[in-house]
Amino acid sequence: MSAHEGTQHPISVYLWIWLALFVLSALSYSVDYFHVQGLLRWTLIIVFMFLKAGLIVSIFMHMKWERMALKLVILVPPLCLLVLIGLMAIEGDYTFLTRSVAFTP
Amino acid sequence: MAVETMTGHIEPAGVVEGLAGVVTDFSSDKQAFPVPWGKAMMWIFLLSDTFIFSCFLVSYMHVRMSTTVPWPNPSEVFALSLGGQPIPLILIAIMTFILISSSGTMAMAVNYGYRRNRGRTAALMLITAGFGATFVGMQAFEWTKLITEEGIRPWGNPLGAAQFGSSFFMITGFHGLHVSAGVIYLVVVALKVWRGDYERTGNYEIVEIAGLYWHFVDLVWVFIFAFFYLW
Repeated sequence: MSAHEGTQHPISVYLWIWLALFVLSALSYSVDYFHVQGLLRWTLIIVFMFLKAGLIVSIFMHMKWERMALKLVILVPPLCLLVLIGLMAIEGDYTFLTRSVAFTP
Repeated sequence: MAVETMTGHIEPAGVVEGLAGVVTDFSSDKQAFPVPWGKAMMWIFLLSDTFIFSCFLVSYMHVRMSTTVPWPNPSEVFALSLGGQPIPLILIAIMTFILISSSGTMAMAVNYGYRRNRGRTAALMLITAGFGATFVGMQAFEWTKLITEEGIRPWGNPLGAAQFGSSFFMITGFHGLHVSAGVIYLVVVALKVWRGDYERTGNYEIVEIAGLYWHFVDLVWVFIFAFFYLW
């Protein structure tokens, strides 16, 4: 179990993940390079970002081979950030509206 | 100690999988995580660091949403002229590839560590540190260009929203600090590997723990790249 399974991986696993991360980075860069705009741009950025993050955490950081207790302790608490993001988005919108009314000439 | 599962057969504690495994791991009056303490502590440190970086990124989201002044276009701000033609975001793209490469060499170093290959582990860690130092160097170049040529300051800039500078320097500065600390950490561990400190105990866990920190630095960059530079 856990880390000691990591001893058995052939090096090729890491080279493939490395290649996948390169391709995904090139794809996210091309989103900007080819001026993709609007909803498609944001969707592509988020999708490529989470794919890269997933590969790094699961393979490079060996999370895939850890026990579920450790997985849950590390991966679940960041979900409460969604609450923070939601609250700050509402607040940001409100501030923007107030500024538009009060400070724009 | 044995655990009786739902289906009735007896299994030793610690090998129950899935949600039932979570319950046994936390309730059986023993060490909850069957990993070296250093690795568990590094994970918990990285979890706390996740919250720090998230606070910066969320505050960046907030100031960008709430400003009525147009946000400077990162694609143009970070463009570099190569051969007379401005290429958007090219320096950041190269920095991204360098950091990903350093993660690749670090993952291989961890693998060679577990194979007790002292020379290759140390060499790959030093290559990783080299990539990291290159990254910091390029970041210093980027900062210099932004400060001297574009006139971007934490309190304002000629391109648009004043919050651009404060968010940029805070987020990339804190990340660059992590990379710099990581380079020092990796060099120290690599030299100890080279000297044979872990050969005697046969315990190469420290390489994986240093690797966790390094991969996390790369992970944070993935989010900064997406939200600050591409958005």
